[in-house]
Amino acid sequence: MAADSVAFVATKEIPPSPPPANSVGPVKWLRENLFSGPVNSILSVICVGFIVWMLASIIPWFLDSSWTPEEMSLKGCRAEASGACFAVIVERFWQFIFGFYPSDQYWRPTLAFVLLLVSIWPVLFSSAPRKLLMLTAVYPVLAFWLIWGGTIWGPIAVVAGVVVGAMIFMKGEDVFNSLIGDAFGPIVKIVVSVLAVVLWMMLLVVPIDSALSSVLDIGLEPVESAKLGGFMLSLIIGVTGIAASLPIGVALALGRQSKLFVVKTISVGFIEFIRGVPLITLLFVAHVLLNYFLPPGTEFDIILRVCIMVTLFASAYMAEVIRGGIAALPKGQYEAADAMGLTYWQAQRLIILPQALKISIPNIVSTFIGLFKDTTLVIVIGLLDPLGLAGTTRANAEWNGIFTELYLFIAVFFFIFCFGMSRYSMYLERKLATDHR
Amino acid sequence: MSVTAAPPSEGFRLSQLIYDTRYRGMTIQIVALFALMLAVGWLVSNAIANLEALGKDFNFSFLFATSGYDVNQRLLEYSSQSTHGRAAVMGILNTLVLAAAGCITATVIGVLAGVARLSKNWLIARLMTIYVEAFRNVPTLLWIIIVVAIVNETLPAPRDFRGVETGAFVFTNRGFYLPEPLFSRSLGDIDLTLLKISIDLLAVLAVVFAGLYVSKRIGSWADAKQAATGDRPTVVWYRLGIVFVPLIILLVALGFHLGYAELKGFNFKGGTFIRESFVGLWIALSLYTGAFIAENVRAGIQAISKGQTEAAYALGLQPGRTMSLVILPQALRVIVPVMISQYLNLTKNTSLAIAVGYMDATGTLGGITLNQTGREMETILLLMAFYLVVSLSISAVMNIYNERTKLKER
Repeated sequence: MAADSVAFVATKEIPPSPPPANSVGPVKWLRENLFSGPVNSILSVICVGFIVWMLASIIPWFLDSSWTPEEMSLKGCRAEASGACFAVIVERFWQFIFGFYPSDQYWRPTLAFVLLLVSIWPVLFSSAPRKLLMLTAVYPVLAFWLIWGGTIWGPIAVVAGVVVGAMIFMKGEDVFNSLIGDAFGPIVKIVVSVLAVVLWMMLLVVPIDSALSSVLDIGLEPVESAKLGGFMLSLIIGVTGIAASLPIGVALALGRQSKLFVVKTISVGFIEFIRGVPLITLLFVAHVLLNYFLPPGTEFDIILRVCIMVTLFASAYMAEVIRGGIAALPKGQYEAADAMGLTYWQAQRLIILPQALKISIPNIVSTFIGLFKDTTLVIVIGLLDPLGLAGTTRANAEWNGIFTELYLFIAVFFFIFCFGMSRYSMYLERKLATDHR
Repeated sequence: MSVTAAPPSEGFRLSQLIYDTRYRGMTIQIVALFALMLAVGWLVSNAIANLEALGKDFNFSFLFATSGYDVNQRLLEYSSQSTHGRAAVMGILNTLVLAAAGCITATVIGVLAGVARLSKNWLIARLMTIYVEAFRNVPTLLWIIIVVAIVNETLPAPRDFRGVETGAFVFTNRGFYLPEPLFSRSLGDIDLTLLKISIDLLAVLAVVFAGLYVSKRIGSWADAKQAATGDRPTVVWYRLGIVFVPLIILLVALGFHLGYAELKGFNFKGGTFIRESFVGLWIALSLYTGAFIAENVRAGIQAISKGQTEAAYALGLQPGRTMSLVILPQALRVIVPVMISQYLNLTKNTSLAIAVGYMDATGTLGGITLNQTGREMETILLLMAFYLVVSLSISAVMNIYNERTKLKER
C-alpha cells in the first residue's frame, strides 16, 4: 500500500486517559449505592432526611444533659438543663448494678464477676492456660459463697462430697470387681459413686457445716436473696441458665433421637411441654407452685427456684437446636462410626456431637441470647431486676415522669452483652470452619 | 468360609442385661420408666400432703363463682358480677386478638425490612441492620414498657381535651379512640345467653363471602374460556362489582355511619377504645418479632443460589416473573416454617401483657383469679393447658405446611 494513501499512522502508543470523574471515588460510590435509579434516589433522600431529623433531636438532648444538679430530682434537672436527665443514673447507679446488696460488701459480687471472667476464659478461648479449668470446676460453689455469704464450711463440704464421689468412681474399680465380680462391678461402681454424692449432699453437708462453724467460724456476712437485684441478678440467672442448659439440652436431644421408645417419649414430652408454654407460667410455677411438689416444710430460695425453671426452659430450646444439628449430619457419619466399631457413647462423643454442635453454634448462641433477655421476666414475680428497679424509680416522687434515660441505660447494658455474644459466635464459627470455601 | 463360629453355648446370664445389645435397650427403658414413675409418684404424693396440710382441695368449681373484678378491655359482655370462667374467656380472647394483630403487622414489617436489608441502596440496608440488631439484642419486655411509657408520658390526658375540637381519632395517654361502626337501622342481636352476636355483622360477612365466592367462580369461568378459545374475556369489573356493589347497598340499607368518641365528664365516651397497654404491646411485639422475621426473610432469599436467577434469565423470564415463579417458591420453603415458629413465639410473648396491665389470659386466669381464689394449682394448670393448645395447633399447621412443600426426593 502506498504511503500517501494512509491518512494517519500512529507512531506511539497513547497513554490511557483517566476514567471520567463520575465513575471514580466517592462520586462513583454515591452513584452506585445511593442514586442508581429514580426510586433509589428518592429513598436515599428520605433516609438522609430521617437520619438528620433523628440526630437533630438526639444530639441536643445529649449535649444539654444534666448529671449532677443541685437538687437530685427531675425538677432539679429541668431547672439546670432542658435535655437528658442522667442524674437519675448517677444517683441510682449502684442500685442498678447490685440491687439492695449491702454497700460495704460490693467487693464480693465484683470479685465473683472477675472470677467468672477468669474461669470462662479457658472455656471460650483455646489459647488460655489449661490449669484455669480447675477454677472453672469449683467456680459455681465459690460464686455462690461469695454472693450469698455464710460460713466457708458449707461450700467446702459440697466440694468434698463431689471429690469423694469422684474418688469412689476412679479408685473403686478393683474393690467392686473383687466384691461383686467383673460383670456388674462397673455398673455398681457408677451407682455407688452417684449415691455417695447424693447421700453426702443430703445428710452430711449440714452437720459438717454446723460442726466446723462452731469450732472455727470463718465466713462472710450472709446476704439474703431479697437484697439481690439489678444487673447482678440478671447475670446470676442468665449465667446459671446458660451453663446448665447446654448439658441438659444435649442429653434431651440425644434422648429425642434415641431408638428406645420410653426414653424418646419422655424427652419429646418434656421438650414439647416446655416449648408450648410461656416462660411466665413457668416462673409462676417457681413462685407459687413449686413448694407444693416438695416435701412439706422444704424452704428453698426463690432465686434458686427461678434459676431451675429458667434452666429447664432454656434446655428444651437447646435440645431442639442441637437435634437440628444432629439431624443435619449425613447418615454416612453414623455408619462410619459403626464400621469403626465404636460404641454408642464413643460414636456420639467422638464423631456425632463435635460436628453437630459445630453446626448448631449460631442457634445455640441465639438461644443463649434469648435466655439472657428473658431474665427480665422475673419482674412479674416481684424480683428486682433492672426493669423492676426502673419501675420503683419511676414511682418515686423525685423521679416521677422520667423514663427515657432509665430504659436507655438498661437497653445499652443488654445490647452490649447480647451483641457481644453474637459476635463471639461469629468468631467461633470462623475458627471452627473446616470446609474450604 | 464354611467354618462359622459356634454360637455361645451358655444360657442366659444376668450380665447380658447390661452388656448384650439385644437386652440392653430393654433394661435401660425399664429403669427409665421406673425412675420416671417414682419421680412422678413422689411429686404427686408431696402435692397431696401439702394440699391436705393447707386444708385445700383440687377442684375447678371456682370457675363458676362470681369474679368480682373488672376486665378493662373486653370483646364480649362482662361485668364484675360475671364468673371467673367468663373472665378467663375474656382474657383468652384478648390474648388471641393481640396475637393475631401482632402476627399480621410483624409479617408486614419483617418482610419489608428483610427485603430492604438486601437492598442495593447502602443507606437503607444500613438503617435496617440497625433496626434488626437493636430489636434482637434488647429484651421484648423492655420495648413493651418503653412504648407504653412513651404513650403514658408524652400524650395528653383525656381532661386536656376539654374545649378542644376532637376529630375521628383521639390519642390520649390512656388509650386511643377510633371511630366505631354504627347502624341506624340495625337488625338487632342474636342472644345466645353466653354471648350476643350482631346480626348486622353476620349480614355484612355473609354478603362479603358470597361476593368473593361468585367473583372466584367468574374468574375460573374466564380461565376455562381462555383455555378453550385462547381469548380471555375482560371480567375484572364484574369481579370487583360483584363484591362491592351488594356490600355498599347493604351498608346504606342498614344506615351505616361512624360514631366518634366525645368527651363526657372526665373521659371519652363512644368510639372504639384501644387501651394504651394494647397499643404498646402491639407495636413492641410487632417490631420485635418483625426484626426476627426480617432475618429469616433475608436468609431465605440468600439461600437460593444465584444460578437459579441466572437460569431463569437464560430462559427469558422477566425479573418480576423470575421472582414470583422461581425465587419466591423456593425461598418460601425456607422462610415459612421459621416464620410460623416466630408466630408461636409472639403468641407466647403476649403473656408479657401482665407487666403492663393488659388483661390477657395470664392477667385474668393467672393473675387476679389466682390471687383472689388462692387456687394456684388449678389456675396455672388451666393457663398452661391453654397455651399448650395454642402452641400445638400452630405447630400442627407448620407440620402440614412442611409436609406439603417437602422436596420430593427420589
